[in-house]
Formats: sequence, structure tokens, C-alpha cells
Amino acid sequence: MARGFLRGAGSVQGSWLVSGVVTCGCLVVALAISGGGSRAYTAYSLAVHKTEAIPAFARKYGLRCSVCHTVWPELSAFGQKFKDNGYQLGNDRDSPIWQNNAYWPIAMRTTPQLHLESTTHQVTDAAPAGKTVSQTGFDLSGVDFLLLGTLYKNITFGLVPTLDADGTTGLEAAFVRFDNLGSSPWANLKVGKFELDNLLSEKRITWLSANGGFLYAYHYLPVGSTNNFGFGDNQIGAEFSGHSLNSYTRYSVSLLSTDDGQPGLPGGKSLDAMFTLSQAWALGGGLGPQRLGVFGYLGHRPTAMETVGGNPIPGTGSANKSFLRLGATAQLWLGNLELIPLVSHASDDAALGPGTDKPTWNSALLEAHYVATPQLLVQGRYELLRMSKQGDPAIPKTQGNADAIALGFRAYPFMFSRAGMAIHGEFAMTKTIGTVPLSGDGSGVDPVTPGTSVWSRSVMLGFDFAF
Amino acid sequence: MRPQTGWLSLVSACGALLLLCGVTPAPAQQAQVGNVIGHAAAGKPLYTRYCAGCHGDDGDARGENAQWIDPKPRDFTLAVFKCRSTPTGTLPTDQDLFDAMTRGFVTTNMPAWLPLTPHNRVDLVAYIKTFSPKWKTGKPGTPITIPPEPAATIASVLHGRQLFQKMECWKCHGPAGHGDGPSAKTLTDNKDDPIRPYDFSSGSRFMCGVTNRDLYRIFMTGLDGTPMPSFADDIKPADAWDLVHFLRTLQPLDTPEAAIWKAWLASHAGELKPIGPEGSGQ
Repeated sequence: MARGFLRGAGSVQGSWLVSGVVTCGCLVVALAISGGGSRAYTAYSLAVHKTEAIPAFARKYGLRCSVCHTVWPELSAFGQKFKDNGYQLGNDRDSPIWQNNAYWPIAMRTTPQLHLESTTHQVTDAAPAGKTVSQTGFDLSGVDFLLLGTLYKNITFGLVPTLDADGTTGLEAAFVRFDNLGSSPWANLKVGKFELDNLLSEKRITWLSANGGFLYAYHYLPVGSTNNFGFGDNQIGAEFSGHSLNSYTRYSVSLLSTDDGQPGLPGGKSLDAMFTLSQAWALGGGLGPQRLGVFGYLGHRPTAMETVGGNPIPGTGSANKSFLRLGATAQLWLGNLELIPLVSHASDDAALGPGTDKPTWNSALLEAHYVATPQLLVQGRYELLRMSKQGDPAIPKTQGNADAIALGFRAYPFMFSRAGMAIHGEFAMTKTIGTVPLSGDGSGVDPVTPGTSVWSRSVMLGFDFAF
Repeated sequence: MRPQTGWLSLVSACGALLLLCGVTPAPAQQAQVGNVIGHAAAGKPLYTRYCAGCHGDDGDARGENAQWIDPKPRDFTLAVFKCRSTPTGTLPTDQDLFDAMTRGFVTTNMPAWLPLTPHNRVDLVAYIKTFSPKWKTGKPGTPITIPPEPAATIASVLHGRQLFQKMECWKCHGPAGHGDGPSAKTLTDNKDDPIRPYDFSSGSRFMCGVTNRDLYRIFMTGLDGTPMPSFADDIKPADAWDLVHFLRTLQPLDTPEAAIWKAWLASHAGELKPIGPEGSGQ
């Protein structure tokens, strides 16, 4: 054990040194590119909680993080199978009765960080025509409390309370799942609040910055839309899913409340529906199989509510109007290089936005990961979104178009089954036409002049840890 | 994981020197399963990622998790493997190692690695074979021949019961197959770690498979490294199949053997003599 420990310690020191040099270099370059000397003001992050890296499972089963994650939090093929099986290995020791009494299925994750945000054409009191504003400093992400495991063999639970850095609490996930119904992996039922079965998971993506930590494909809504749906948001409902023994074939169908995951039934009475289907093939000698998948979401949002005293009565929405999301994605391995393309098409009913037409738009992205080792990831992503039709013909057709690019790395100084930490460096940049980027999260404002290109940049160096 | 540039330079220089001297380096360790050829070099990073936490970087079962695991992980440096198609005391085939990895070991921390691509798994087999010199000096044994299974009958079940008594299987597995025989608590493996005999009443799959053929193979090859011996020299193939049919009746599963047994017991239970020290098993 001593020999192994010393070797590990040497490796840790080496990784820290390499990571530190790389980090500093990237940070200097990124700061230079992004104009880091600008004065302070903010566009700040879309509140996407990255929840799914769960050392509690590694502790329970005595497996390294790298077993279930190509690099955490992204799932490997084995991790996908583990998740599909209800976070069970299937070794007849999955029920908590087999665990030491001291074992508690909880893990926590947060990211102390230094970051810089910079956005052009922002209106301020001193510059009503707009200017580039930026903010930089040490900061904190929220904390995710990850309680997931089994209540009994083939009965899984999940509970993820969150605490944002400003003290706001939330409930990111809360579900129970009945696994392997009829002793078949093809039948599993999950009820509660959970992440949609997205092949490219936004909860497990390896990006954390304000501009890089979300996907336009999952969150974009046209100018003036009253829709609140986000593919990346956890939803409340029921999911029926299944998979082959190795999880190479997977499907899921879901019925979801029309509230974008908000409890208390604030919206209407109808249900949204979603499906996913994917197939993987063991081709080539890469780190995982080659997978292709499709997904679709048919949603509704009410346009009228019962009221009392002029105030809407929760859950009484009616006059529902529909929206549609369709897409295809893949996970391709060339040795240690992973390519994840995604294309999607979206449309909303005209009644969910301004104007009389049905807005439609398309998006595409390509994400590349080079998994040099289980302890070093170098990554890049390019995403574009194009409006093909505005709801209001008066709105310029390009209004809302977006281009986003992100580059980064994650270095893991150690890799074992008790905890994990990543030194995370990231530079992300978006260009949006006529609107503030989604990373603005309400803090930023649209440019004064329609059609103006707004650039937003994030530079981030953080210590992402989970235990 | 960090680059070992000094060592790499030294090794490269040695390799170049050997080539200049006309010495051909030994071929890299390979494994073959079906048409897939695995290479140890490709298996090494996979081993670090998936296996080293328990089996250790050097394959010596001293990974950081090993101390918390019961039963302990396999020590690859000994090249002793439970699940083989080859006779006791011989090395397993690549297919045996591949199957064990794919199947996993129930009631242990060794999962089924089925989600890994076959190519990855064969690469891992190749790398696992680098931990012991036995793989360089010896060859895998010849897989045993398993004759076709005869139909289960009450006669075969009853004969299997007699063999269970005669071969003293009950001493470890218990008279009712509960893994509670008089010797059960004294059993240790080849590293002197306590080991429990299989409890047929658990209904879980066997350590080395799920089918009747797997069960036949288990007691004709033995589980090397454990007290479970090979009975290949002690019983004939037909007898072995009878024993298989009886052992199936000890499991709480809906098997053909169990149905035959239940039907017979309904009218003949009083005729049975108990299994154990005083019993005849008849």
C-alpha cells in the first residue's frame, strides 16, 4: 500500500505542476483575448446546475470515478449502463441492507473559481448607447447535494437539493424509480422530478462557465416568447424506459407536467410528451461504442388561466398551444477522441410569442473531447443557432441567431473511489444578433440597435470538486 | 499518469541498442477471442481506468479499494483463475478470461463489463496476461469436453443426490445446499482469506455462469484458488450430469429439475434418508 501511495503522491505532484502551467498559460491568453481590463459590470450565468458526479456510488461499490465516467461528470458506456440499471451493479448486493450501517448515499459538489465575464453593447447609466462591460473576481458556484441510491433491490431513489451561492435553495431532482420490472431491463418506471433522458446531458457536460455551461439547443427561445421550456431543465413527470443488457439499445418515453419542472402546478393541466431512442455499435477500438440517437418533445403551454382577484389560479391553465423539438445526436469514438454532434429543429405555436406566425429555428453543434487519460481532458465545442422564421415578420430574420465557441481542459490530480477534483480551465465566447446572450440570465440587456452583434466572453479557472 | 520522460528515453535507447545488436524483441502480449485480437499496450490504459482500483497497478490485488472488498480481488500475478474451461491447475484460455470479465462475479464487487466493447475487453485480457510469467512459459490447458446433457429424470436427480452425499459436497455446501456445512466456516482461499461456499438457496447465478453446462464445467474443472476441487478424476460424465440435475433442485428457481423433484417428493418424501454424516442420500 505504501508503494502505491507514494506513486500516487508523485503522480499528484506531477499533475498539479502540469495543470498549473497549462492553466496559467490558458488564463493569460484568454484574458488577453477577452479584453480583461474592462471595468466591472456583469452578464452572469444561466442557472444550470451540474449535478451528476456521484462519489457516493464509487464508495458504495469500491470503483474509481473513471469506471463510470470517461472523465467525470460525463458518463462512460459502463456508467450509462449503471445508471440505466437504477444505479445498481446487478451483483445481488445492490440493496442497502448489504451496506455498512455507516454508509450514507450522499455526495456534494461545488466549484470555487476565478472568472471573468465580458459583454459588448450593454446599456448603462453612463453609456445609454451601450458599451462593453465586464466583471471579474473570485466566486463560488452553488452546492449540489447528491443523494441517490437504492431503497431496495430494483427500487432507486434520487434527491438533489441545491444551494445557490446567494443562499437560494432549490430541489433539482426528487424521484423514485422501479427498475427491471418483470425482471426485464426493458421496463423501468421513474416518477418525480428528473433530468430528461438526453444523450448529450447538460447535467453531465464538462463545461462550467457562464457562456460555455449550457447549450443553445436546449434553452433558446425566440424573441418575445412566453414559453418557458428548456430541454436542459429537469422536468416533473413519469418516464418509462428500457435498455438492452449492455445498454447499447436504449429508449425512453415520458409524460411531463407543463411547468418546466416547477413544483406546485403553476401551469396548465395537459401533459408534455417526450421520447428518445438510441443505438450503439461496438465498432473500432475507441474508448466506447459508436452511438446514434434521436429525440423529440411535444409540449404545450396554456395561454389562459382561471383567476381570482385578477391573480391566476395555479394549475388551471387552458387554451394550450403546442411547441415541438426534434433532434438527432451521436457519440463517436476515434481512439481517445470523442465527437458529439447534435442537430435540432424547434418550433413554437404563434400564440406563444409575438406576431401571427409560428417561429421556427434550427441549431447544430459539435463537441470534441480528447480524453488523453482518465485524468486529463482537452475539449472544444462550436454551436450555432439560426432562426428560420420569426413569429413577427417585423422582427429581423437574424434576430436571435447565435454562435458559440468554447475551449477548455479539465485535469484531475487524483483518481480514486472516495472523492474527485478537477482543475477546470475554460474560455467560452458567444455572438448573438440583436439580443443579449443566454448567459446574461436577465442581468444583461438587449442592444439598443436591432441587428447588432453582441459578444459575450467567459474565462474561468475553477476547482471543481465532489466528495 | 504523468509523462516519465526519463524512463521513456532510457527504454527507447535500450530498444534501439537491442535492434542494432540484431536482437528481436519479444512479441507484445496478445489475446485472441474469436476474430478480435487484443494488445496489452492498448489494454494498459483501460486497466488503469477500470481495474487498477481493486486489482492494483501491478495486478497484485493491492489496489486502493482492495482492503474494503470482500471477497478480495483476484491476484493476477499468481495466474490462478476460478472460472476456466481448462483442467484444474492449467491456465485459462483467452475466451475464459473474456467470459469472466463479461459476466462479472455475482455477490462480489466485480461487475459485468458487458458495456465495454469486445475490443476493449480483449485488450484487457491481453494486459492481464502480462502480470505473471506463467503466460510466457506456459500455454493454456485444453478445454474439457462437455458431452451433451441427457434429459433430466427423477432417476438422474436421485442419483445426483446420492453423489452429493458420496462426494461429501454437503460438508461445505450443507445438507440442503445452504452453504452451511460443517466445514464451511473453516474454508480459505489460496491467499488464506476466508471464503464461503456457494449457497444454492440464494438462487443467485453461479460464480462461473448460469447454465447447466456452466455448472457441469465448474465441478469438472474446479475453481482454482478455492477449496472447490475438480471432480474430473472422480466421477464419470454421466454422473456429473446427474449431479447437475440434483443441484438444480436445491435452488429456489423454476427449473425442469425442480419440477420433477417436487412432483416426486409429493408422494415419496418419506422414503428419503437425510443427507449428512449419518445419511446415505438415498
